[in-house]
Amino acid sequence: MRFSDMHRAGIGLKGATAAVLIFLNFPIFVIILYAFTTEEASFRFPPPGLTTRWFGVLLNRTDFWDALGLSLQVALTATFAAIILGTLIAAALYRSNFFGKEVISLFVILPIALPGIVTGIALRSAIGVLDLQLSTWTIIIGHATFCMVTVYNNVVARLRRMQHSQVEASMDLGATPIQTFRYVIFPNIATALLAGAFLAFALSFDEIIVTTFTAGQQDTLPIWIFSQLTRPRDRPVTNVAAVFVIGITLIPILLAYRYTRDVSEN
Amino acid sequence: MRRAVNFLYAHPNAALLLLLLLPMAWLVIFYLGSLSAMVVQSFYSLDDFSGRVIPEFSVFSYQELFSPANFDVVLRTLSMAAAVTLASAVIAFPLAYFMARYASARIKGLLFLGVMLPLWSSYLVRVYAWKLILANEGMISWGAEQLGLTGVLNWILSLPVIGGPSLSFSYFGMFIVFVYIWLPYMVLPINAALERVPKSLTEASADLGGRPRYTFRKVVLPLAFPGIVAGSIFTFSLTLGDYIIPSIIGDSARFIGSAVLLYQGTAGNLPLAAAFTVVPIVIMGAYLLLARRLGAFDAL
Amino acid sequence: MTARAIAVRLRGLSRHFGDVKALDSIDLEVNDGEFFSMLGPSGSGKTTCLRLIAGFEQPTTGTIELHGQQVADVPPYERDVNTVFQDYALFPHMTVADNVAYGLMVRRVAKSEREKRVREMLDMVRLPGFGGRKPSQLSGGQRQRVALARALINHPKVLLLDEPLGALDLKLRQEMQVELKAIQREIGITFIFVTHDQEEAMTMSDRIAVFNHGKIEQVGTPYEMYENPHTRFVAEFIGTTNVVEGEMARTIHGKSAAYAIRPERIVLCPPDADVPLDSVYLTGVIRDVTYLGMMTRCTVEVNGSVFTVIEPSAQARPAFGYAIGAACVLVWKREHMRPLEGA
Repeated sequence: MRFSDMHRAGIGLKGATAAVLIFLNFPIFVIILYAFTTEEASFRFPPPGLTTRWFGVLLNRTDFWDALGLSLQVALTATFAAIILGTLIAAALYRSNFFGKEVISLFVILPIALPGIVTGIALRSAIGVLDLQLSTWTIIIGHATFCMVTVYNNVVARLRRMQHSQVEASMDLGATPIQTFRYVIFPNIATALLAGAFLAFALSFDEIIVTTFTAGQQDTLPIWIFSQLTRPRDRPVTNVAAVFVIGITLIPILLAYRYTRDVSEN
Repeated sequence: MRRAVNFLYAHPNAALLLLLLLPMAWLVIFYLGSLSAMVVQSFYSLDDFSGRVIPEFSVFSYQELFSPANFDVVLRTLSMAAAVTLASAVIAFPLAYFMARYASARIKGLLFLGVMLPLWSSYLVRVYAWKLILANEGMISWGAEQLGLTGVLNWILSLPVIGGPSLSFSYFGMFIVFVYIWLPYMVLPINAALERVPKSLTEASADLGGRPRYTFRKVVLPLAFPGIVAGSIFTFSLTLGDYIIPSIIGDSARFIGSAVLLYQGTAGNLPLAAAFTVVPIVIMGAYLLLARRLGAFDAL
Repeated sequence: MTARAIAVRLRGLSRHFGDVKALDSIDLEVNDGEFFSMLGPSGSGKTTCLRLIAGFEQPTTGTIELHGQQVADVPPYERDVNTVFQDYALFPHMTVADNVAYGLMVRRVAKSEREKRVREMLDMVRLPGFGGRKPSQLSGGQRQRVALARALINHPKVLLLDEPLGALDLKLRQEMQVELKAIQREIGITFIFVTHDQEEAMTMSDRIAVFNHGKIEQVGTPYEMYENPHTRFVAEFIGTTNVVEGEMARTIHGKSAAYAIRPERIVLCPPDADVPLDSVYLTGVIRDVTYLGMMTRCTVEVNGSVFTVIEPSAQARPAFGYAIGAACVLVWKREHMRPLEGA
């Protein structure tokens, strides 16, 4: 590494950087490749041939569609709940300086900060103590609890960046707090809210650890994929399902990224 | 209605309370409540005879933690977490360093995307991808064959403890996957910490006669350290609780996460499962305190 | 003679933040139709006072009356008062026209009526045709005028301005000072103007209130404030002054209270000059002479105290053979000294 020449890194550093980047990204492409392999039972590399027939096989599997449907249902409901809860918390915490504010801010982030297994077993214990049934609703409650954190993070950041004088100006000009929310605050946070919602959706859709603890007999898509891994004959179908999951989780996240970047560039 | 709104305006604390009511109730009931239930559970015990949980205070479950088999699990998980943390730090550093010091704004944006993209793709799918890659007939074997390194590969697999029948079924394989999955969590804080080091510092060091390696050791590394510690919080904590990777790249081998899953499931031993879960919480609590002393929180 | 209507009356108004008294029991009356300035350094309480009048803060104690009506517990959206903010607070996601029309829109004024009045307002602030632009496309001065239009369109009884010219460069600021004054005279609304710039306050105001540490030190017309400052703070804040106190005051006045004497009231004389009977004279040494164009400023040391003397250059120059370090005599009329309270 040459320090005297600040603007040109040594070849070693550049090489290491490239290597790490490749290391980080090539597995995705491997999965996509394997979705097309003609080989049925093994992971042979290079793939002996390419075919699209596994896509057809997957689309005919009812258990896949059931799992996909459940995942979508859970993700949408959890995201909806997360939007409401996350926004309420953000509105409460973004300016206030009350006793206990630090504690509450920390508390709110815990569901995402602590490893999934903790959240999972905690919910499982509660369900056991209350003698409840594991059902779709228990899954949704679990997901909503950590999804609200992404909405909160996004909305609170945007609210803090908003000129507070706008809110005062609005009320000064005669708008009630409700009108102020509708005409001034909401337009300001709309894209942050959307970004948070997209992230929440992706988070919920891909989640497996907490879900395993809170699901009864139902399979969400990740659980379905996980159970597929013990079935060698179904490998290519699993690969195709994996490609589906990549698409469904990647797209909302990229959109969320674009939304938050656009605003920060303004 | 107007009057209610006016009242809330004049009494911001009441308005605050109203806003927080619903979400706090949710969190307290579903989250805090669950955590407490779990801790309470850990102080119960399982009646061997009936297989039911005895709701009486006892430290039996915690004692069971120290039985050789269970303690073994804890140690194994801790060692893996430590190894993964070290490796991630070493691998992440060059990338973070390049991003912070040499990359132009445009390149940095692309690099950032390159680090975040895997993070945003499905976790499960990425782990599964490695199962394909590490399989005996998969990419790594093929690559080793092409490079004539098959002997090396077999030697690794023959090592006790970390080896196994296949890379996709061994601790070494798990180690690789763990490092891969958590790597972005290490890159970002290190990058953030390095960006906070003003260029003028390294220039001053050079100006005062410091040779590049010396400057790196004495100026850059110490300033990057809080970032490394911050990243290690993630890699350590996430490895402590994970069971997915051990069960995919292994046979649900004995890690803390898998133990928890096992005991709460068919074994029905919720108290023991809860006790196992308390372990990473306590460890991470201590780790976080240490990390704060080392300045990691400023780097986050 | 009819009594002038009082637009704003504050009685015993206080605002405490924990132990900090941002505003400490203020009494104030602002007359209808006047251009009233609240002047003071940062942290003096003038902005807090403005925000209390606008309704953005609740008073800890005291009352606020707007045109005879108690408004302490009336929220800002129900007070007949509008504000021009320091950072303009324009809504970035709305056009200029929508910004200006906002106050009318939330009160459900018909669209055609709104559009008409927006056009009038934009003409008045000299931004005709700007309706379609977005705030991000405007310069600082233009944004400021949009903020003004937005506030005035509602015909408030009182307009509050919170250091609106602070972000503008000098030339623009001076232009805007003239414009604001003209608009105020034309519309006849009461303007309450907050600033830390005493020259600005002196230029524009009918009356000024000087704030310091949460209290009002003095209220008066610019002439009164300059010629008859009551306290040391006011004397030093508005224009420059010299303060005579202690031993020197005792020699001159017989008591050791503090007195202010403006620099332009002092005449610099040679040591052997004739001194009129009702004048004070002090012997000193010239420390510094600065030529400022129209004026010449001298610094003179008298018994360890430093005096600033300002004389028109046309007067000073011919008389000036004085070098730095030369002896001289300071002369001024007794009647020009002002006693300062609580110094």
